[in-house]
Amino acid sequence: MGRHAALHRSLRNLSRKPHSTAMLWHAVIFCIAVGWISMSVAAEPQRIKIGYLHGPLSKEKISLIDIPAANDGLAGAQLAIDDNNTTGRFVGQQFELIDSSIKDGDDPAAAVNALADQGIAFIATNLPAGQLLQAADAGKARGEILINAGAPDERLREQDCRANVIHVAPSRFMLADGLAQYLVLKKWRRWFLVSGSHDSDKLFAEALRHAATRFGAKIVAEKEFKDTGGARRTDSGIVEVQRQMIDLTQSAPDYDILVAADESEVFAGYLPYRTWTPRPVAGSAGLVPTTWDAAFDQWGALQLQNRFKKRFQRFMTPLDMQLWTAVRIVGEAASHANTTDAAKLFAYIKSPDFSIAAFKGQKLTLRDWNLQLRQPILLFDGRNTVSISPQEGFLHQVSELDTLGLDRPETKCKLQ
Amino acid sequence: MIDTGVFRQLGLAIIALASMTAPSFAFTAYVSNEKGNSVSVVDTDTMATVATIKTGERPRGIEVSRDGKFVFVAAGDDNTIQVIDTATRKIVGELPSGPDPEQFALDPAGKFLYVANEDDAAVTVIDLETRKAVAKVAVGVEPEGIVVSPDGKFVVCTSETTSMAHFIDTAERKVVANVLLGSRPRAAAFKTDGSELWITSEVGGGLSIVDPTTRKIKKLVHFDIPGLRSEKIQPVGINITRDGKLGFVHLGPSNRVAVVDGATHEVLKYLLVGQRVWHGAFTPDGKYLLAANGLSNDVSVIDVASLKVIKSIQVGELPWGVAIGSK
Repeated sequence: MGRHAALHRSLRNLSRKPHSTAMLWHAVIFCIAVGWISMSVAAEPQRIKIGYLHGPLSKEKISLIDIPAANDGLAGAQLAIDDNNTTGRFVGQQFELIDSSIKDGDDPAAAVNALADQGIAFIATNLPAGQLLQAADAGKARGEILINAGAPDERLREQDCRANVIHVAPSRFMLADGLAQYLVLKKWRRWFLVSGSHDSDKLFAEALRHAATRFGAKIVAEKEFKDTGGARRTDSGIVEVQRQMIDLTQSAPDYDILVAADESEVFAGYLPYRTWTPRPVAGSAGLVPTTWDAAFDQWGALQLQNRFKKRFQRFMTPLDMQLWTAVRIVGEAASHANTTDAAKLFAYIKSPDFSIAAFKGQKLTLRDWNLQLRQPILLFDGRNTVSISPQEGFLHQVSELDTLGLDRPETKCKLQ
Repeated sequence: MIDTGVFRQLGLAIIALASMTAPSFAFTAYVSNEKGNSVSVVDTDTMATVATIKTGERPRGIEVSRDGKFVFVAAGDDNTIQVIDTATRKIVGELPSGPDPEQFALDPAGKFLYVANEDDAAVTVIDLETRKAVAKVAVGVEPEGIVVSPDGKFVVCTSETTSMAHFIDTAERKVVANVLLGSRPRAAAFKTDGSELWITSEVGGGLSIVDPTTRKIKKLVHFDIPGLRSEKIQPVGINITRDGKLGFVHLGPSNRVAVVDGATHEVLKYLLVGQRVWHGAFTPDGKYLLAANGLSNDVSVIDVASLKVIKSIQVGELPWGVAIGSK
């Protein structure tokens, strides 16, 4: 604006003094300069819309503290859009988030098509595995690329992997391996595994068993906690829970640590301090493997936490972080590849040149065999970050991060 | 014939000589201790800590004023830059740095101080005479490294999440150019003649050599230390010798300082220092480089001529930055 006003002024001056060749030169040089500046900044910014497709958030939590905010995840995506735009300002790119929600069990095809109709090529998702696959297949013909920021299922990265799905969320195996490395380092090798009765609980239990075998821990006993329904919290619940947890844990042989697989959040939150023998708890309660926690402040993370809190007046959750990373991947690719062309961006993201910084102390890259983001796993005790895996000494010929989750030689994924 | 006057004159000459040469050796280093909330005062003759000055919360960026009268130290968690009188070693004032100051830079004339505000995506310009903020320039996300060009015409500021170096025109006080860099650019340093700008990328793991006139990366230097995981090599602070012949790049948790040839940009040597080496400063005579080791609570003294680590000096808790002035 100011530049144009100045230009008008100098042109006006020029018409008042038609004989001044010096003024003329001045104006010519000025025009060239203005032209050059607008060329380098690009008057019309490149526009990139990113979709966020998600189902409803589960409100069934054991602790009141864990009940998610209405914008859990969405806020992370919005902050990433802000961050993309700050960079975009300097390279002439502008990002916009289009939020789209569906119900549990709905076919996401219509929503995917609606996003595609708006010119959106990249869709960050927080959907269960089944809906995610439906969305990926529906979007394939439209050239849609999904960035899975929610589903931890192994099958999405293995037998059911898709060539148009990037996984930012860590898999259950990655989470279990991150926890196992630390427990083995501590020499807490005898595990008592208690798992829930839902499918997702069983899948996490399987990941923990796999991790135990992989890193040399031993599951000395296993028990299932059957979900018989009912409310997570009741007015007189504490007395009953205290008795229940004793019953659940008293028959086990001696063990070092109780490892709980309870993604459905039915019982694990009740275990710490209520076990029959005094033992620590890990897995779905106690020491929890995760991608983020509100106390994490290493490697510049404090700045992200501050930025998030300032904008949303709450703490940043793992889901927020996963969405932040998903949306930042598109922004990072767009600024470095300097294009809005989705195919070119996707090719760049999949190339060995691509990496993303996400406050984990090292660059994060994609596994080319299944498009899973390599990443360290944080171990959180509910107040503080206890440790970060991979642990020292777990070596790998390519990347220490590949000691977490299924590795290239083990994969069943054939991208197509 | 012995004239006592000759002796007297000779004696005076010796004293004069001593007092003339003495300042060129006697320097004082100021080391900010991030966790200790203090500045350690180090005598570079005796290579020992001689005093500790209490500061605000989380002191990191540190510089000596051009006239040597003050030390500026950024107390990040107190959102201020504190001013220490070098004569009394007392805090005598504060500068309105904006939120969470970490790194800052002085212009060659010593008139303005430029602060990177990590939480605000901005650079604050402070007039040192009035000690007032006179401008705020919007930059990328998480501005970190900051340096003023030797001719004083540009401030270069790196932004960590945006992964760019922003060139700010000091007269217009606005961003005039941007260079895209490797992940998490940390520190920036000019050669004294202004011919090259060096920028480290902490997560990208390299050193970009930027041509300040074309504002393009002309070379990317990689660091590779046998037997060390590449993730451990995280380049942070940079110090380039006055003649531009050698550059020292502090490699964080790899516990090493890389020596880079100023002309060929080859890595000549890796010097083993203390744990998590952050930033350093040369003594004004260029003989020594003092490097702050963030985890081992000491400063490594590197002899620039022999490229050897000759001493380590105990300082406060989690040292971060070093600034050196005359005694």
